[in-house]
Amino acid sequence: MIAAVTWFSDPAHWSGQNGVPYRLFQHVGISLVSVLIAMAIALPLGLYIGHTRRGQAFAVNLANVGRAIPSLAAIAIVVPFTQALDPGPGFNLYPTVIAMIVLAIPPILVNTYAGVSGVDADLVESARAMGMTERQVLTRVEVPVAIPIIVGGIRSASVQVIATATLGAIYGLGALGGFIVEGVAQNDDGQLFAGVLLVALLALLAEGGLALVQRRLAAPIAARAT
Amino acid sequence: MSSAERVVFEHVTKRYPGTGAGNPGAVEDLSLEVPAGKVCVLVGPSGCGKTTSLKMINRLIEPTSGRILIGDRDIAQQDVIALRRGIGYVIQQVGLFPHQTVADNVATVPRLLGWDEGRRKDRATELLELVGLDPTRYANRYPSALSGGERQRVGVARALAADPPVLLMDEPFGAVDPIVRERLQNELLNLQEQLAKTILFVTHDIDEAIKMGDLVAVMQVGGHLAQFGTPDEILANPASDFVARFVGADRGLKRLALTRVDALELMPPVTASSGDDAADARRRALADPFPYLLLVDAERRPIGWVDQDDIPSSGTIGEDLATAMSPLFSRRTTLKDALAMLIEAEVHAGIVVDGKGAAMGLLTADMIFASSRDGRSPEARAGA
Repeated sequence: MIAAVTWFSDPAHWSGQNGVPYRLFQHVGISLVSVLIAMAIALPLGLYIGHTRRGQAFAVNLANVGRAIPSLAAIAIVVPFTQALDPGPGFNLYPTVIAMIVLAIPPILVNTYAGVSGVDADLVESARAMGMTERQVLTRVEVPVAIPIIVGGIRSASVQVIATATLGAIYGLGALGGFIVEGVAQNDDGQLFAGVLLVALLALLAEGGLALVQRRLAAPIAARAT
Repeated sequence: MSSAERVVFEHVTKRYPGTGAGNPGAVEDLSLEVPAGKVCVLVGPSGCGKTTSLKMINRLIEPTSGRILIGDRDIAQQDVIALRRGIGYVIQQVGLFPHQTVADNVATVPRLLGWDEGRRKDRATELLELVGLDPTRYANRYPSALSGGERQRVGVARALAADPPVLLMDEPFGAVDPIVRERLQNELLNLQEQLAKTILFVTHDIDEAIKMGDLVAVMQVGGHLAQFGTPDEILANPASDFVARFVGADRGLKRLALTRVDALELMPPVTASSGDDAADARRRALADPFPYLLLVDAERRPIGWVDQDDIPSSGTIGEDLATAMSPLFSRRTTLKDALAMLIEAEVHAGIVVDGKGAAMGLLTADMIFASSRDGRSPEARAGA
C-alpha cells in the first residue's frame, strides 16, 4: 500500500499517454461507449420482448450464454475477427470493446425484458382499456414502472464492463489495466496496487452512482403516506 | 355532460381455440339489451363468461361471432382506441398507475384526448370531489399512500374522467372489506342517480347484483344467459333450478329487501288523543277489524296501543291507558328490515311514521307476506 502511495505521489505518473488522467479517461471512455452501444442494442430488444412476450426463450438463452462466457475468453474469441479492423498493429481497441458490448448486453436485455414483462397484468390491461395505444402502454406505463429494474441491469453491465476493460490491457489496450499489466511485468508493486485501486474505485463509483439513480427513480412507486 | 347510450348484445359467442362450448370464460349466443342510463349486473359463478362478456364491450376480447352495439353503432366498425377512450373501466385491482399522482391517474384519458393541463387539473379536482375525496389532500398523493377504499374511489373517478356514456365495472368492490364495500356501493348508487350512465357491472355476489342492478343477467357455466330481468322478477320467478339455487333459498327475504314500506298501501289506524271522548273512541275501535286503538299526541306522534276492550265506555281517554308499543318504520324502511323488527319486538304490526314522527299508517306481518306473493307466477306459487 505504501508503495502505491509513493507511486501516486510521483508527478511523472500524472502526465502523458501512460499517466493516470489519460488512462482513466481512456478507461471511462471505452466503458461508456461500450455500455451505450450495448444499451442501444439491448434496450429496444428487451422492450420488444417484454411488451409482446415474443422471443422470451431467446432472451433467456442469450443471457445464460452471456453469463457463461468468462470476460477474458470473450476478448480472446473476438481478437482474430477484429484484428483486421484495427487501424494498426499494437492498437487493440476493437476486441476489448466488442467483448465488453457482448458482455453488457445480457444483463441489460434480461432486466429490461423481465422488468417490462413483470409489470402487473392488471395495470397493463387498465392502460389498454383506457384507450392507450401499444406504444403509449409501453412508454407511459410499462417503462416508468419497470425503470428501476432496467437501470439495475445497466448498473450491473457497467460494473462488468469496467472490470473487463481492465483485461483489455493484456491485448495491448492501455487504460487502467495497463498499470496492472505493466506492474506485474516490471515487478512494480506500487504501480500494480495503484492500478487495482483505481479500477476498484471506478467500479464502486459507477455502482454507487447508478444505485442512486435507481433509488430516485423508484421513489414515487414506493412512496408511503405523506 | 354526454348522455348515456344503450348497450346491445346480439347473438354474441366467444369460443376459445381448440375448445367447444362450455369452457370457462366462453360465452354462448348471448343476446340482451341494457337501456341507456340503467345498471345491468352480470352475475354468475366463476367461469360463466361474465367477465368475458364485459371485456368484449371494450374489445379487450373480440367475440367469435355476433355483434355488440353501443347506441346504434356496431363496436367492431369503430376504431378500437377511440372506442376505449369513450368507455369507463373499473376493475377489482383498480390498476392505478403507481408512478403517477392521484390527479394524474384521474386525468389519464383526458391526457390521451389531448386536453390542456389546466383543463385536466380542473377535471381531476371536480371528479375527486364527486367521489368524496378532498382534492387538496389527495390530488398529489401516490396510490401507495391510499387505503383500498380510497383507491377504488380514485378508480371510479378515473373511469368517469372523460364523461363516457358507458361504464364497465369488473367486480369493482371485490377486494375491500364488507363495511367499505357497502359504503362504496351506496356511493355508486348515489352517483348513478346524478350521472345516469349505462353501467355494466360484473359480480359473483347475488346480493350485490340485487342491490346494484336495475337489471340482472344471471349467467351459467358454459356462457349461457340463464335469466335476464329486474331483480324482483328474478327473485320472484327464477327461470330455472339453476337460477333458483343461485339466488338462494332465502330469495323471499331478498325480495323483501328490494321493497320499501312506501310501496305498500298502509292500513289506516284508529287513533285517539288524550282528552278525546272515550265512548266515541271505543265505538270506532270496535268497528275496525284491527283490535287496538292507537294513542297519539297532538302532532299525531304515536304514544302506544290501547286494547279495544280496555277502552272505558264513558269519560275521556288518558295516556295511562296505553299498554304496548310497536316498532316505528320510516317510509324508506325495507320490508325485510320491517319484518325483522316485528320479529324482534314479537308483534304483528308496526307503525309507519313520516319525517316528523307523525303516524301515517300501520304495516302488519300479513301485509308483508301478501306483498311477497304478488308478482309470482301461479306455477311458482304452486311449487313454493
